[in-house]
Amino acid sequence: MPVLSYIQAITKALQEEMERDEKVFVLGEDVGVRGGVFRATDGLYEQFGETRVIDTPLAESAIAGVGIGAAMYGMRPVAEMQFADFILPAVNQIISEAAKIRYRSNNDWTAPITIRAPYGGGVHGALYHSQSIEAIFANQPGLKIVMPSSPYDAKGLLKAAIRDEDPVLFLEHKRAYRSIKEEVPDTDYTLPIGKAEVKRDGADITVITYGLCVQFALQAAEKLEKEDIDVHILDLRTVYPLDQEAIKEAASKTGKVLLITEDNKEGSIIGEVAAIISEHCLFDLDAPIKRLAGPDVPAMPYAPPLEKEFMINPDKIEAAMRELAEF
Amino acid sequence: MSLSKHQQLGLSDQNILEMYRTMLLARRIDERMWLLNRSGKIPFVVSCQGQEAQQVGASYALDRTKDYAAPYYRDVGVVLSLGMTARELMLQAYAKAEDPNSGGRQMPGHYGQKKNRMLTGSSPVTTQVPHAVGVGLAAKMEKKDIVSFVTLGEGSSNQGDFHEGANFAAVHKLPVIFMVENNQYAISVPLNKQVACEKISDRAIGYGMPGVTVDGNDPLAVYEAVKQAVDRARTGEGPTLIEAVSYRLTPHSSDDDDRSYREREEVEQAKQKDGLLTFKSYVQDQEIATNSELEQMEQEIREIIDEATAYAENAPYAKPESIYDFVYGNEGSTR
Ligand SMILES: Cc1ncc(C[n+]2csc(CCOP(=O)(O)OP(=O)(O)O)c2C)c(N)n1
Ligand SMILES: [Mg+2]
Repeated sequence: MPVLSYIQAITKALQEEMERDEKVFVLGEDVGVRGGVFRATDGLYEQFGETRVIDTPLAESAIAGVGIGAAMYGMRPVAEMQFADFILPAVNQIISEAAKIRYRSNNDWTAPITIRAPYGGGVHGALYHSQSIEAIFANQPGLKIVMPSSPYDAKGLLKAAIRDEDPVLFLEHKRAYRSIKEEVPDTDYTLPIGKAEVKRDGADITVITYGLCVQFALQAAEKLEKEDIDVHILDLRTVYPLDQEAIKEAASKTGKVLLITEDNKEGSIIGEVAAIISEHCLFDLDAPIKRLAGPDVPAMPYAPPLEKEFMINPDKIEAAMRELAEF
Repeated sequence: MSLSKHQQLGLSDQNILEMYRTMLLARRIDERMWLLNRSGKIPFVVSCQGQEAQQVGASYALDRTKDYAAPYYRDVGVVLSLGMTARELMLQAYAKAEDPNSGGRQMPGHYGQKKNRMLTGSSPVTTQVPHAVGVGLAAKMEKKDIVSFVTLGEGSSNQGDFHEGANFAAVHKLPVIFMVENNQYAISVPLNKQVACEKISDRAIGYGMPGVTVDGNDPLAVYEAVKQAVDRARTGEGPTLIEAVSYRLTPHSSDDDDRSYREREEVEQAKQKDGLLTFKSYVQDQEIATNSELEQMEQEIREIIDEATAYAENAPYAKPESIYDFVYGNEGSTR
């Protein structure tokens, strides 16, 4: 089985879906000849040509909005936002339009668009190339938000997103792009959207997180194993709508829960996860729910010590895990 | 004998009569909705009055068996031309379950009907423009001979989505027609406080597409302009911006009082140029219909609207539990 990086898995998913279905096409800034600034669409222009790998004008609302129109017509557009930070000009199209088209037309029209965006920090991207933007979209019924943590998941979930009947916001951690590699089958497989997955089975404490933080948590858990702390890790994979059953099960399993996000703490996805746990699992808990998150400052600064202060890393997670285990 | 204007455009007397009838139907439906609103039967109306000529003239230039449209909230004339019925319009006014636009979920004037290739619209203005461009893009990719027609108000032409959509369509030479229905006001704000350019169509040059301004009170002038744009679109020459100039004869909506921002004289003057009246004169002058035939048309329309109103009034609302339906496709209800 070939070993692929996270970004290679993304490219593979796009390529396979474009081969499978002629209605699938890619649009965005620099996605054509350049193959994307991160090279997520590398080789697609050569294989499928400029009509299916479309270099758009620099205008995010049009990238989303034109994609939505094409999706309503019956196409399967995959729109790329060059950085998640620059999705903001397209928010109206995503929230007022894509998320509501099925509902507002009483199921007459649908908008099966996939919007991909690289998010997250730790790449010297500073305030406007490091943000986690999922919380902005995470109370919009009609929209799904998928944030894979590994190459295998990235491929299967992106293929599922493209085939999904509803709009999917697909957020890829840009630091994972080249740092995370694993075996990814050449076969045509999809993974279910809306389902969380246990990435590590453990008995002492439960970690619930998503995206790159899953990888950091796995590394920290490895270390704690030597201290006989057995960590259970649930990867949300889809952060909206949440897999409530999996969250309840994971929280109840150990009774000690650590929630992790790279996003600013207040108003983040994990606040909702905490609410689900307190609503349903209070009497199974042996410790207060613990949260590890980015600080509540506007965004991640550039200077290395400041960036490090903001970022989640395995050391910070290890410390939080130990503290919770000792409670 | 020289050819009349409509004959020069290749339109038959029958076509003209149909266009006039559609304009009249739009106006009479709209007027009925105001009565229903003022008598407390329906909570809201947003009007087409004064814009029927451009709406119907433009729609008749499309191929109404295959072209797509993304209409905006004033487009009663457009949606009727494209196949929505008086009954369906009344169902949306009453927000009843059978309303094909949204099943009563949206306010009146938020059109959409897939079987007639009308995209679903929302309230934030101008979001429909990129959608229409997306349809144009899909049509081009699929090598389908389809034109995508989108309308908006002149105030709405200030939104970013107008610029982003128009630019995209022009760069990719897409078969899209942008028609700005310039009715001189955006709620209370007059044209000269919306734009500093002389004509909305002047904006076209910035996108590298033709821009034309036509008399929106003259359905034949609008037909001609849109027909040319349709021909350009079909031959792969790309998009066109059309500005149809008319006047909004009613307040912005049933919740507005326009006496606070415009003189009655101005409205009265505009009524003299009302496209419905001038086109009726054209029909009479050209002897396309006799006065008694026109009177009979009024009578028929009245009956259609009476029937539509009664039907909609008696139709059921959607069931409360249906609120959970159609959030997502695969699992039906979210409850
Ligand atoms: C983005 C947005 N801002 C404000 C409004 C409120 N609003 C509804 S219609 C309107 C005026 C629109 O004027 P124009 O585009 O000229 O269209 P008209 O109503 O005159 O046909 C405004 C401000 C809105 N619906 N959407
Ligand atoms: Mg206006």
